[in-house]
Amino acid sequence: MTTSEFLLVGVLLAPLLGAVAALLLRGRAGTITATVAAALSLLLAAPMFMARGVVESSGRGAALWHEVDWTWVPALELRLNLGVDGISYPLVVLTALLTLLCCGYLMWQRPERANQLAALLLVIEVGILGTFLAFNLVLFFLAFEVVLLPMAAVIAGWGGPARRAAALKFALYTLAGSVLLLIGVVAVVVQTGTADIARLTAEPGLLSHDAQLWIFGLFAIAFAVKSPLWPLHTWLPDAHTEAPTVGSVILAGVLLKMGTYGLIRVGVGVTPEGAAAFAPALGVLAVAAILIGSLVCLSQVEVKRLIAYSSVGHMGFVLLGIATLNEIGLQAALIGNIAHGLLTGLLFFLAGAIKDRAHTGLLADLGGLRERQPWLAGVLGFAALGSLGLPGLAGFWGEAFAVVASVQRGGTLWTVLAVLAAIGGALTAAYLLRLLRRVSHGPQAATLAGAPEARVPELVAWSPLVALALLLGVMPMLVLGMSADAVAALTAAVTP
Amino acid sequence: MNLQLMLPLLVAAGTALAVLVVDLITQPRWRWPLGAGLLGAVATAMTAAFTQPRQIGTFCAGLAAPGSDAIMPVDCALVFDSRARLVSVLVAALTVGALLLYVPALRRGDAPAGETVFLFACAMTGGVALAAAGDLITLIVALETLTIPLYALVALHRRRAGEAAAAAVTFFANSVAATAVTLLGAALLYLASGTVQLRGLVSAPLFATGQWRPVALTGLALILVGLGFKVAAAPLHAWAPATYEGAPVPVAAFLSTASKLGGVVAILIVVDGVLATGAAGDDRSMFITAGITLAVLAALSMLIGTLVALRQRRTVRLLAWSSIAQAGFILAPLGGLTGLALAGQADGLLDAALAYTVFFLVLELAAFSAVVALRPDAPDGGTLADLRGLGRTAPWRAAALTFALVGLAGLPPMLAGLFAKITVIQALLRVDSYRLAVLVALVSVIGLAVYWRPVAALYRAADGAAEAARVPWAPAAALGLATAAGLLLTIDPQLLYAAVTAWR
Repeated sequence: MTTSEFLLVGVLLAPLLGAVAALLLRGRAGTITATVAAALSLLLAAPMFMARGVVESSGRGAALWHEVDWTWVPALELRLNLGVDGISYPLVVLTALLTLLCCGYLMWQRPERANQLAALLLVIEVGILGTFLAFNLVLFFLAFEVVLLPMAAVIAGWGGPARRAAALKFALYTLAGSVLLLIGVVAVVVQTGTADIARLTAEPGLLSHDAQLWIFGLFAIAFAVKSPLWPLHTWLPDAHTEAPTVGSVILAGVLLKMGTYGLIRVGVGVTPEGAAAFAPALGVLAVAAILIGSLVCLSQVEVKRLIAYSSVGHMGFVLLGIATLNEIGLQAALIGNIAHGLLTGLLFFLAGAIKDRAHTGLLADLGGLRERQPWLAGVLGFAALGSLGLPGLAGFWGEAFAVVASVQRGGTLWTVLAVLAAIGGALTAAYLLRLLRRVSHGPQAATLAGAPEARVPELVAWSPLVALALLLGVMPMLVLGMSADAVAALTAAVTP
Repeated sequence: MNLQLMLPLLVAAGTALAVLVVDLITQPRWRWPLGAGLLGAVATAMTAAFTQPRQIGTFCAGLAAPGSDAIMPVDCALVFDSRARLVSVLVAALTVGALLLYVPALRRGDAPAGETVFLFACAMTGGVALAAAGDLITLIVALETLTIPLYALVALHRRRAGEAAAAAVTFFANSVAATAVTLLGAALLYLASGTVQLRGLVSAPLFATGQWRPVALTGLALILVGLGFKVAAAPLHAWAPATYEGAPVPVAAFLSTASKLGGVVAILIVVDGVLATGAAGDDRSMFITAGITLAVLAALSMLIGTLVALRQRRTVRLLAWSSIAQAGFILAPLGGLTGLALAGQADGLLDAALAYTVFFLVLELAAFSAVVALRPDAPDGGTLADLRGLGRTAPWRAAALTFALVGLAGLPPMLAGLFAKITVIQALLRVDSYRLAVLVALVSVIGLAVYWRPVAALYRAADGAAEAARVPWAPAAALGLATAAGLLLTIDPQLLYAAVTAWR
C-alpha cells in the first residue's frame, strides 16, 4: 500500500469505521470513539500536502498531489478514483477540523443520544470528504448524495421545535437538485464514455458545445441549490435555524461548500463552454443573492436565522467569484469558501452557546452580553468583524477579490455587478454590527442574567477557528499558494 | 426432450408433490411440510444455479437429428438461457423468503401448513417454468401457474377471513380480466403470423407481406398491457393495494416480489421476440409499438403510484402503492425502445430493466420482512402510527426497515437503490430518451417524501413506551438474508451486472 492510498482511503475509512463503532458502543464511549475517529481523519488529511506532485498535470487538468484509482463498478463507469490537489486540500482539512471540533463539543455538551449524533456527523464527513476527493464523476455524485439523509436525520432528530418540516424541506430541496446532477453526470458518462474528471477536464472537447451548455445548466441548478444561490436558497434558513449547533456548524461550515466546489471542479472543469455561456446569469444571481441576503438579514429578529441568511450573502460573493471565471475570481471563491467555513462555523457555535444560556434566540430578548460574559462577547465580536470582511481577517480576501475579479472581467455588466456587490459588502457590515449592538451592547437582558461565562471546553473548540481566521487574514497565501497552479490551469481555457 | 434443461422445473414441481405427501403422512404437524417446502425451494435454487445455461431449448417444433439437441432456440417451448437461470434462482429464493416470513402464522395455526406450502411450491414451479418460456402458450400457462395458487394463498388466513376473502376476490376478478386481455393479444398475434413462437414471427410468411401488421401490432400492445397487470403497472394496478392489504403480509411480500418478477420476465420475453423480429425484418414498427405501450405504462405507474402513496396511512398499503411506482421504474428503460434506431441497441434497455428488478426485489423483500419482524404477532401490517417508537425499542429491525426504505427511495447509505436508479437513467440516456429519464429523476424526488413518513414514524417517540415484541427466528432470518443481499449489492453491484448481461 502506497502513501497516497494510505492517506486518501484512510481519511475516508477512519470516520466510516468510527461511525459504526460509535453506534455500537452505547453512551459516552461512543462519543469518545467518534472523536478519536474524527481526530484520526484530521491527522490523515493534514499531511497530504507533503510529497505532492505524484500525478503530472496535463493540459487543463491540474497536477494531483495524490491519487488512488481502484475499480469498483465497471458497468456504471464507477471507479474508486480519489485525488487531492490545491483546490480540494484546504476544504478537506477544514472539513476534518470542523468535524473534530463538533465531535469534541458533543463530548462536552452531552446531548441525548450523543453517540448517534456523533456517528451521523462522521457519516456526513465521509460524504463531504468523498465529494472533495472524488475524481470520478459517478463517485462524486454518490458522495454528494451520501450527505443528504444523515444531515436530514441530524436536523430531524436533534433540532428545534419545527425540526421535522425543516428536515424534510432540506432533504427534498437538495434531492431535487441532485437528481438533476445525476442526469448531468450520466449524460456526460454516456456521451464521452468516461467518468474520469481529470481526463474530462484535460480534454473538454470530448463533449460537444451544445451538450456542454445543457449539461452545465443541470450542474448549475444542482450546485446552486446546495450552495445555495438565490432564489433556490429557501431551504437554508429553516434548516439552519432548526438544526442543533453542531448540525448548523457542519451545514454552514462545509456542506454548502460542496455546491461551490462542485461548480468549480465539475461545472467549470468538465463543461467550461457551458460555464462561459452561463457566467453572466450566474453573476447576476450571485449579486442578487448578496443584496437580498443582506437586506433580509437587516430585518431578522432571531440570531440563528440571521446568521443563516448571512450565509446566502457570503456564498453570493463566492459564486460571483466563480462566475467571473478568471484566476482572481476563482481564487477569491476558494479563500471565501474557507473563510466562510471558519467564521460562520464560529458564529453558529456562538449562537448555540448564547441560545443554550438565554434559552431564546430572539434579538429583542438579548442584550448586554459584554457586561457579564466578556469572553463570549469578545469572540462574538471577533467572528462578526471577520464575517463582515474586516481587512486583516480571513473574510476580507474572498469578498474584496470577488469584486476585484468582477471589475477585471470588464464590460458594463461586470462593472455594475462589482459596484452592487461592493454595496452588498457594506450592507453586510450593517447587519453584523446590528447583531453586535443588539446582543453585546446595551443593558443586560433578563434572559442572560446569571448566565455563565464561556467555559474552557467551549473556548478550546472555538480557538482553532479564531486562530485560523487570523492566520488566513494575515497570510492568505497559505490557501492561495496551494491552489494557484490548479486554478491557473483550470481558467486557462475558459477566460474570455 | 432435454431433461437436463428441465431439471430445475422438475425439482420445483417435485417439491410441490413432496409437500403434499409429507403433509399427508405427518398431519397435523406444521413443521414437516414447511421443512419439505423450504428444502425443495433451496434445492430448486441450487439446481438452477448449477444447470449449465445454453442457447438451446427443449420441446422444439423443428426437427433435430436423433441424439442431438442442436436446434436453434427459435422454435422451442423452453429455453434455459442464463437469464432463465438467474430468474429461477430468484424465484426460488423469494419463495424461501416468503415461507420464512410465514412461519409465525403457521406456528399459530392461522393457515393450514400443508396447503400453504404446497401452494407456494406451485407458484414457484410456475415462476421457474416462466423463466424459460419460449413461446406464447408456455408463457401464459406458466404465468397462470404462478398466479392461480396466489388467489388461494391470499384468502387462506383464519384470523382475517373476511378481508382476506374480499382481497382474494378482487385479485381474482382483476387477474381474470387481465389474462383475457393477454390471451386476446396472443390470439391476434397468432392470427397475424400463424405462429405462437415469438421469435418465429420473423419467418412467418403471413407477417412478411405486411397486410396483417396492424393486427399484430394491436395484439402486441394488448399482450403487454395484460402482462402489466402482473407487475401491478398502472392502469391495471387497482387490485394491488386492496389485495396486499387484505392478504397475509408474507403473501403480500410474495405478490410484490415473485409475482412481479414473473410479470417482468414475461414482458422481457415478449420484447425479446419483438426485437428479433425488428432486427431481422429491419422493421421498427413492432418495437416502437412495444416502446410506446411500455413508456405509457411506466410513466403512469411512476406518477400514480408515487402520488397516491403520499397519502397512505397503513404500512402495507404504502408499500403497495410504492411497489406500483417501482413497477414504473422497472418498465421505464423498456419505454426507451421508442428511441431506438436499430433493434441491436436494445440490449442495454433489457438489461437495465432486469437489473433494476433484482435491486428492487432485494429491497422490497427486506422491507416486507422488516414489517413482519417488527410486528410478528399482528395478522396485518398495521398503520404507520404502529411503527412509532420502534426505533428505540427494536433498533436493529428498525434500522433494517430504514435501510430498505431508503434503498427503495434510491438514496445512500443503501447504495443498492441508488445504483438501480443510475442504471435506469443511464440506459435511457444511451438511447436519448431524455423525457423518461427526467421523469424518473423527478418522481424519485417525490418518492423520498413517500418513504420519509414510515422512517420518521420509526424514530418518533412513542406515547406509551411498550417493549417491542420478540422476533421469532424465521422472519429474522428472512430479514437478515435480504439485508445481507442488499449490503452485498451495495458493496459489489458488479456481481449483479455480470449476472444480468451474461445471458446473451
